[in-house]
Amino acid sequence: MSTTAVHSLWTTAADPIQKIDAPNIEYGQLAPTLIVIGAAVIGILVEAFVPRRSRYYVQVFVSVVALAAAFAAVVALAASGYGTTKAGIAAMGAVAVDGPALFLQGVILLAGVLGVFTFAERRLDPVAHGNRVDSFAAQAASVPGSDSEKAAVKAGFTTTEVFPLLLFAIGGMLVFPAANDLLTLFIALEVFSLPLYLLCAVARRKRIMSQEAAVKYFLLGAFASAFTLFGIALLYGYAGSVSYATIAQVVDGTVETVNPALADTMGNDALLLIGAAMVVMGLLFKVGAVPFHMWTPDVYQGAPTPVTGFMAAATKVAAFGALLRLLYVVLPGLRWDWRPVMMGVAVVTMLGGAIVAITQTDIKRLLAYSSIAHAGFILAGVIAMTPDGVSSVLFYLGAYSFVTIGAFAVVTLVRDAGGEATHLSKWAGLGRRSPLVAAVFAVYLLAFAGIPLTSGFAGKFAVFKAAAEGGAGALVVVGVISSAIAAFFYIRVIVLMFFSEPRPEGPTVAVPSPLTMTAIAVGVAVTLVLGVAPQYFLDLAGQAGVFVR
Amino acid sequence: MDNLIALLVAAPLLGAAVLLCGGRRLDAVGHWIGTVLASASFVIGAILFADMLGKDEEHRAIGQHLFSWIPVEGFQADVAFQLDQLSMTFVLLITGVGSLIHVYSIGYMEHDERRRRFFGYLNLFLAAMLLLVLADNYLLLYVGWEGVGLASYLLIGFWQHKPSAATAAKKAFLVNRVGDMGLSIAIMLMFTTFGTFAFGPVLEATGETGEGKLTAIGLMLLLAACGKSAQVPLQSWLGDAMEGPTPVSALIHAATMVTAGVYLIVRSGEIFNAAPDAQLVTTVVGAVTLLFGAIVGCAKDDIKKALAGSTMSQIGYMILAAGLGPIGYVFAIMHLVTHGFFKAGLFLGAGSVMHGMNDEVDMRKYGGLRKHMPVTFVTFGLGYLAIIGFPGLSGFFSKDKIIEAAFAKGGTEGWILGSVALLGAAITAFYMTRVMLMTFFGEKRWQPDEKGNEPHPHESPRSMTIPMIVLAFGSVFAGGFFGIGDRFLHWLEPVTEHAHGHPPIGATAITLSTVTVMIVGVGLAYLQYGRRPVPVVAPRGSLLTRAARRDLLQDDFNHVVLVRGGEHLTRSLVYVDHTLVDGVVNGTAASMGGLSGRLRKLQNGYARSYAVSMFGGAAILIAATLLMRAV
Repeated sequence: MSTTAVHSLWTTAADPIQKIDAPNIEYGQLAPTLIVIGAAVIGILVEAFVPRRSRYYVQVFVSVVALAAAFAAVVALAASGYGTTKAGIAAMGAVAVDGPALFLQGVILLAGVLGVFTFAERRLDPVAHGNRVDSFAAQAASVPGSDSEKAAVKAGFTTTEVFPLLLFAIGGMLVFPAANDLLTLFIALEVFSLPLYLLCAVARRKRIMSQEAAVKYFLLGAFASAFTLFGIALLYGYAGSVSYATIAQVVDGTVETVNPALADTMGNDALLLIGAAMVVMGLLFKVGAVPFHMWTPDVYQGAPTPVTGFMAAATKVAAFGALLRLLYVVLPGLRWDWRPVMMGVAVVTMLGGAIVAITQTDIKRLLAYSSIAHAGFILAGVIAMTPDGVSSVLFYLGAYSFVTIGAFAVVTLVRDAGGEATHLSKWAGLGRRSPLVAAVFAVYLLAFAGIPLTSGFAGKFAVFKAAAEGGAGALVVVGVISSAIAAFFYIRVIVLMFFSEPRPEGPTVAVPSPLTMTAIAVGVAVTLVLGVAPQYFLDLAGQAGVFVR
Repeated sequence: MDNLIALLVAAPLLGAAVLLCGGRRLDAVGHWIGTVLASASFVIGAILFADMLGKDEEHRAIGQHLFSWIPVEGFQADVAFQLDQLSMTFVLLITGVGSLIHVYSIGYMEHDERRRRFFGYLNLFLAAMLLLVLADNYLLLYVGWEGVGLASYLLIGFWQHKPSAATAAKKAFLVNRVGDMGLSIAIMLMFTTFGTFAFGPVLEATGETGEGKLTAIGLMLLLAACGKSAQVPLQSWLGDAMEGPTPVSALIHAATMVTAGVYLIVRSGEIFNAAPDAQLVTTVVGAVTLLFGAIVGCAKDDIKKALAGSTMSQIGYMILAAGLGPIGYVFAIMHLVTHGFFKAGLFLGAGSVMHGMNDEVDMRKYGGLRKHMPVTFVTFGLGYLAIIGFPGLSGFFSKDKIIEAAFAKGGTEGWILGSVALLGAAITAFYMTRVMLMTFFGEKRWQPDEKGNEPHPHESPRSMTIPMIVLAFGSVFAGGFFGIGDRFLHWLEPVTEHAHGHPPIGATAITLSTVTVMIVGVGLAYLQYGRRPVPVVAPRGSLLTRAARRDLLQDDFNHVVLVRGGEHLTRSLVYVDHTLVDGVVNGTAASMGGLSGRLRKLQNGYARSYAVSMFGGAAILIAATLLMRAV
């Protein structure tokens, strides 16, 4: 080959450079997420550079400020019309900024603030070697029972990394319900899941159980993620795109070809159906729907209780947000295929959660099954496929997350020598010993049961009404039956607390710091306000109930 | 003027509130407060009446809107009054007779330490009764309806230390519940049919409504009327209600409250006019009751119970007339008013007799009282002549018109109803003469009681005799005043409408036969009770007499059919509840628990099992989704 020929190869290769457009990022509209992720990064730097004894204070400060700022950003966006008239797609089609997204982000951020409060609680465990300790292991990396663990406890170490981990998880959750293409969806899923796996593993007491829970959660989570990712691949094969809007157009038949390279597979309905089912399955795993729920009781029980409370509330909000967007934006054209299937899932979830909860003896497992049943109730609203369905689900998620965080916060208060006394038998007669705590917990239980004048009733009523009007009357019947079954075990706990004799060696109720008190009080206040005067918030959810496409 | 209407109700209501809340310090003046406020209501009524007379016929009805009671979209209920000629008639009767009976009670209840409370209840009754007749819609009428029921309950059981009084009050309350249920159902039907409760719109809309619905509403209204007015089959409470103090029997259970059913039917005239079946049932109820009450009245030895039977019978006449439609409405009300006078007078007379006879009520232990209580004898006697329809007295005019109207109904029905009414007139004459003879004539039959106290019959105090005299005037002259020249008819016609009936036989012939049967009745009674001494212990009597003494077995019937039936029903329901319902409930609970325990085992703690469950779930999810497309 001559030099000219070589030269010409050089030049032809170098000549027509394809120009890559610089991505156009709407930083203002993405501010909530960016603030939280930025704060998380700062939190990592704090871990690296701030002296150990002041890390706790700096971390709590950074977290609260970041979450408050992010919430303010959400409110500002909503106030300037991004939830309604100015709703649109940001970040080159990756993230939607619309009513449901902003509403759910607001809920997640508020749940996050209460989560930080319960994470930062340092008055419940007895002082160890002159140091106040929280619910998290002194040093997560040390083997349970080893010398290094004892040394870490003696040195008064605390795992302040939980705060940046929490912020990362919240960052992922903020993107999850707003994700507007499948890849963003998947990345957000992993961004919030991985920190949660870690958080589950760092309990101060019952560390083996905590680590077991984390491993189970991680393994099963990875398994579910694999399904999701494979489903995404199939959907890409079907539509030639991962963008929600494009896939929806292909499903509707308004766009024939997107990517010539995929002409063989495009429009193949088998790919669509299998892919959609697999992606939905990943989301159902996150919300804890039967039969993808089996991780829930074990993880809820093993994880540090503040983590359980936050995870139970915020994960559900984020995952249901993503599920709603997927079903309402991408797959409405496919509703005749997925609606019956989802109805089946909702039925077994409601009944399964309620029935298995009856025989539970551990309060955290009981609440775990309760959360499964609630996932079923929310699914009923999702299936309505009406604007009312969206707003009722939004309202339900908001109401439910406060009740859940509050209820788990109360669980952290009831303690004996071994830490939290979660076995139900130990709760007997709690109402005699600590009437206020028992009364507060009773309010939460009544809200879970959906008794009028609590937010649980308003939410359940909204969801069932939407489902009935959306043509899913049978689902409402099953829902009411499940509620009746569920009422049994909620009321049983109330009866146990107020009408049983206290046991002589029963647990004590610790007096928490104002942080946990705030979380519990806010939970009760929201529960009662949403129960007595739900209309304003229903209207708010109603205004936020339209997805941008 | 319109604004005075509310005061009619407010005055006695204020009295009730003050007397019932005022406590013991009002004991000394309580009866005066009650009487003054009742009279004030009468004075206001009279002023409004004078004002009404000054207007021409078309503009006599006035109204007053107080406030919007239940302002809900599509459901409007107001507290508003309506005062037309019909309401005015009732207002004057209620406040007039009511005031007289308040005065009478001052004497009658003199020795009762709970007199203040008694007057409080009486005022409460007046307020409720006025509300009932002044309401401009059925819902407000219902409030008054329940209010008079409450007052009646409280007053029947006023001497609650007597078990018989407490039981009688309970019985009246329970039986009235059945009727009240009818009224509430009627109101609900009206709301679903017309969308409103107000008299005006409801009655105007009857023209465009199906007959079936109107018949249902009419029958429910009739049920309500049966309860309140003690008509068959809800008559059983009235006799026992005589356990209450006699002024109560006179005011509530003779003159006013028990006639509320007649008011209800006449007020709802348009509904009944458009529902001939309901009208027919109404006339049958009236005819049956007028015989029923009259027969019971013949057999009772308790003077008040004999009068109670008579009341039932006379209201039967009114219900019969109301059921006849426009040819009878005016006469129903006219008889109601005259009956209000003479029956209240008779009851007050009976009370006066009891007052003088140590509260003895058994007529077999009276006799020859005319010498001891001349005023009572004369006033009672005038009431007696009025009720049997002695020519020229009140009852003659009003009852005769009803008999005429019954014949004018036409056809076989007319003959039957007319004959029943005529027969009733004969029996009325019989039992009233019996009462008269046993009480005031013959030899004295009273004896010392167990403690050796022999009654010393004496005339009652002035406060009791004056109301009796006033009422006697009414008994004598009211009928003539109303009847001659059709004065009452012209007064009421604009409200109730009136059609002239044309009886198949001449009006004069009917009047003559009425007088004839009356004389026959009086004669028979004289033969049995005037010519022969009255035995102090009642003879065994014929089968009919024995049945009539037991109120024609009404309580036995109710006991067998309703009480036993109810007991059997509840017992079988309890059985079903225990075995079937509890079985299902407990069984469900147990099976849920078992299911829960079994499902729980699936949760074995192994991540691999969980993963299998997820995998299976995913497989099912995908398969189901594909299957949905396939089918």
